[in-house]
Amino acid sequence: MLRRLERSDRLNWSVIEKYLPLYEKATVLTLKIGWLGVLFSVAIGLAVSLIVHYRIPVLRQTAKIYIEIFRNTPLLIQLFFIYFGLPKIGVSFSPEFCGVLGLGLLGGSYMAETFRSGIEAVDKIQYETALSLGMSKAQVMFHIVLPQAITYSTPAFVANIIFLLKETSVFSAISLMDLMFTAKDLIGLYYKTAECLVMLVVFYLLILLPVSVIGSVVERRLSYASFGD
Amino acid sequence: MQALGIDVLLKGNNFIRLIDGLCTALRISLVSVIFSIVFGIVFGIVMTYKNTVIRVVSRVYLEIVRIMPQMVLLFIVFFGTTRMFGLNLDAELASIIVFTFWGTAEMGDLVRGAVSNIPKHQYESSYALGLNKAQTYFYIVIPQTLRRLIPLSINLVTRMIKTTSLVMMIGVVEALKVTQQIIEANRMTAPNAAFGLYLTVFILYFLACWPISLLASYLEKKWSA
Repeated sequence: MLRRLERSDRLNWSVIEKYLPLYEKATVLTLKIGWLGVLFSVAIGLAVSLIVHYRIPVLRQTAKIYIEIFRNTPLLIQLFFIYFGLPKIGVSFSPEFCGVLGLGLLGGSYMAETFRSGIEAVDKIQYETALSLGMSKAQVMFHIVLPQAITYSTPAFVANIIFLLKETSVFSAISLMDLMFTAKDLIGLYYKTAECLVMLVVFYLLILLPVSVIGSVVERRLSYASFGD
Repeated sequence: MQALGIDVLLKGNNFIRLIDGLCTALRISLVSVIFSIVFGIVFGIVMTYKNTVIRVVSRVYLEIVRIMPQMVLLFIVFFGTTRMFGLNLDAELASIIVFTFWGTAEMGDLVRGAVSNIPKHQYESSYALGLNKAQTYFYIVIPQTLRRLIPLSINLVTRMIKTTSLVMMIGVVEALKVTQQIIEANRMTAPNAAFGLYLTVFILYFLACWPISLLASYLEKKWSA
């Protein structure tokens, strides 16, 4: 493929140089919205998983419905509804806010499931031991359960972060100038398909490869710590 | 406030077109799922071999799929191949190729996880009983893996359906595209239709995925006991 590529249309480096600033700007935006969305989703996920864990009435059922709805619909459809649908009933947001909101709500439902299964994975004996040692419920949660739950849910947590950062590629549909939008725009304007696509791949690698590598290092380190048995 | 699109939805054959669009997306995901499951099982079993070349190649493949957004893959296959090889791929075919490429990796990883989760003594006992490698896989390993695997692969189906909403970006006319067309066609008479129509698509996707998720979690609970 590469030989063919070189022969038929050699990558034009001057074009790549020219487009570089545009891609850099788009990367910054992608990173900003992506990580804001991740933060938002961690906050939602933590809150929802604690609600489900402590079986708070009413809120718990709401949380279940929320999780089911957002886990079973695509982000693209959610964004279209938030960005194009809601303004018709008088609720309108900027594209950036829509992006963060959509990503946060989607990610929140995934994170909630991850944290919940992490908390459930902690052995019951751990609670009972901690309670019998005279710890309060909050202390048990923060000193005993959560540290272990975090370890159990790290692999899924990292996978979720990568998934969410990948999902940012959908934002181009609501006219956010992210990487995907920039690439599509440049392809449409100048027809330098090969250059644009190569740059697109390279920039996504730059965003996601570090996360993937750091994630697997953290996973390996945390898996040294095993509890209970 | 005007009617929020329900009247537009029921006008003419709009709703049927919408369902038709959803069926296009479901068809793409069904075909891709079937290919992914077949290739994924082969790929997953190949991955359990302890061969350095296989290890490295599959590692790179998995990492590419894990890191690259599906949309980028779609663009590469749909626009890239046209430009580089002069192939004019049908958008639907391009999306099936991409989703199969993606699904095979996901499925392969699930299969590998399920297979390598089988305790070693199961293999050893069956060898000791005189079964050969093929027999061991067929009678011992596969039946045990399936129980773990089926709920997880059903989840893959819902993810596949959700991801097919992206094919609109390379010009496949599926539910979302049809919705846009309907909204545009009725922009003058029903400017607020966007709310109701996008809500409808939202609900349709939910109705397509939710039963499948329920089935997956039901099977998971039933078989884990």
